[in-house]
Amino acid sequence: METVIGLFNYWIVIVLMMAGFYIVIAQENMIKKMVGLSIFQVAVFVFYISMSNVFGGTAPIAAEGFTRYSNPLPHVLILTAIVVGVATTALGLALIVRIKEEFGTIEDDQIRDMEEHGEESGA
Amino acid sequence: MISANLPILHVIVPLIGAPLGLMFRRSPTGAWLLALIISWFTLADSLALLLIVSGGEAVSYEIGDWAAPWGIEYRVDMLAAYLIVIVSGIGAVTMLYARQSVEAEIPRDRIYLFYTMYLLTLSGLLGIATTGDTFNLFVFLEISSLSTYVMVSLGAERRALTAAFRYLVLGTLGATFYVIGVGLMYQMTGTLNMADLVNRLPEVAETRTILAAVAFLTVGIGLKLGLFPVHVWLPNAYTYAPSVVTAFLAATATKVAVYVLVRIYYTLFKGGVFETLPVDEILLALSIVAIVAMSAVAIFQTNVKRLLAYSSVAQIGYMLIGISLATITGLTAGILHLFNHALMKGALFLALGCVFFRIRSVNVDDMAGLAKVMPWTMAAFVTGGLSLIGIPLTVGFVSKWYLILATLEKEWWPLAAAILFSSLLAVIYMWRVIEVAYFRERPAGAVSIGEAPLAMLVPMWVLVGANVYFGIDTDLTVGTARAAAALLMGG
Repeated sequence: METVIGLFNYWIVIVLMMAGFYIVIAQENMIKKMVGLSIFQVAVFVFYISMSNVFGGTAPIAAEGFTRYSNPLPHVLILTAIVVGVATTALGLALIVRIKEEFGTIEDDQIRDMEEHGEESGA
Repeated sequence: MISANLPILHVIVPLIGAPLGLMFRRSPTGAWLLALIISWFTLADSLALLLIVSGGEAVSYEIGDWAAPWGIEYRVDMLAAYLIVIVSGIGAVTMLYARQSVEAEIPRDRIYLFYTMYLLTLSGLLGIATTGDTFNLFVFLEISSLSTYVMVSLGAERRALTAAFRYLVLGTLGATFYVIGVGLMYQMTGTLNMADLVNRLPEVAETRTILAAVAFLTVGIGLKLGLFPVHVWLPNAYTYAPSVVTAFLAATATKVAVYVLVRIYYTLFKGGVFETLPVDEILLALSIVAIVAMSAVAIFQTNVKRLLAYSSVAQIGYMLIGISLATITGLTAGILHLFNHALMKGALFLALGCVFFRIRSVNVDDMAGLAKVMPWTMAAFVTGGLSLIGIPLTVGFVSKWYLILATLEKEWWPLAAAILFSSLLAVIYMWRVIEVAYFRERPAGAVSIGEAPLAMLVPMWVLVGANVYFGIDTDLTVGTARAAAALLMGG
């Protein structure tokens, strides 16, 4: 029970991480790939936040009567990582818009077909 | 005053310059001048840094005056300075070359965006090489990667978009893997600072958490550097990106990722990681497959840019072989090849940029008889090709020499044979292009064209000249590489 409940966050992290990773690999739709990528990244965010927890610690705000605080550093790191994640998602979606304009589809397998048969490479 | 700030100026100046580039919306030349000046500034800064650290003392800089474990530390040692010189040097030369090539390949109203993205990439790559903080490294990794995806997508063909998207997906996976690795290390050591990690990692090096961290870091960085089975983003990204972008990326981005791998293995873990986890053997095996299989694949390409992209994957294999040998000579060869490969691939892709500038194609068949009309460009291509193969008096020979020495030191004859065999394959794929360009006639009715403009030829020949110069006078490159390798192995 200890390993199931005590490490509950980490189990969630692993499930989310693998789910996201699987979507990136298995889905042909580019939007779904981006969704998978975001889930994968969020799993890592949760992982960082979970490990900053200190048993019996409170939120890291200095106040009377509290001596144990959670580690604030991972939270700050993840703020940065979230910004990076937002930028990645934005750029990915922008590229998908352009791909839709040029190819008329956002299914990776169809595009691959068009690329292999439709046009000579490097013209 | 300024000398104390040297370790940060080459990162911060391009970073500030990038938004300034947005002001040159109507003046592509203005944006180019900005990028050019900043690139040469970073080169000057990095040469000054190399001079300072060549005494053996590393330079440290505390950002915002926050002391090291709490604040972010920038730390430039021999290896970092050497890499910073490679990146800023290639940046300076490609910018000199860029103006006309970019005007020919990127729509006029987007040129200012290209230079903005270039400056961000430059800042990111230099930041990776400078920072002494593992999480800060991730931030720079993503700054450079995100702007790289944009630069790739600026290519003229629509396939540039899909190439950029696939690169984005794999690149983000790689960066996230890296973050997981850093998180696992932080969990065990409570620090992100590299100097602190060096002291605290040995105690916990045997734990499963750290082993998992090493695995995540290796795969993550492997994705970024084009390690053999996860290199699939690389050929398309190189093929469809604008010529200048390809030359800059091929010469710098993968090298910086290799540098990160060296930092992790040899600085953070002091090489001890190889005893607990056989990453060196795995890398060695993959690299051997890479140098043979990817060179063979290159032979069958009709697009010369793609041919050179596959050859890049093979060449990265040489660097990784050197690194995974874990001897001073091996490491010297690996680090040396970082520099030398940047020179030869830079020169080759710039030559292809000239070809594309004139005939709007880089297909082998379209290059028939090109040597007669563009003698200087094709001569540069041939010299770069000889260097790639490893003919004496070029830098390629120097790297291969040290690599073979390192394998023979270990008496691994089959490995030496594999390296020589893959060089023979390089002869074949380079010869295919050279034969078409020199011994075939220009097709009847082809548009008459002249040599590429001087503003493109001169920077290209600067790189070609460097290929020959550093092939003859090896003191600077080999000396620096060996000193850096000795520091890594000894410390």
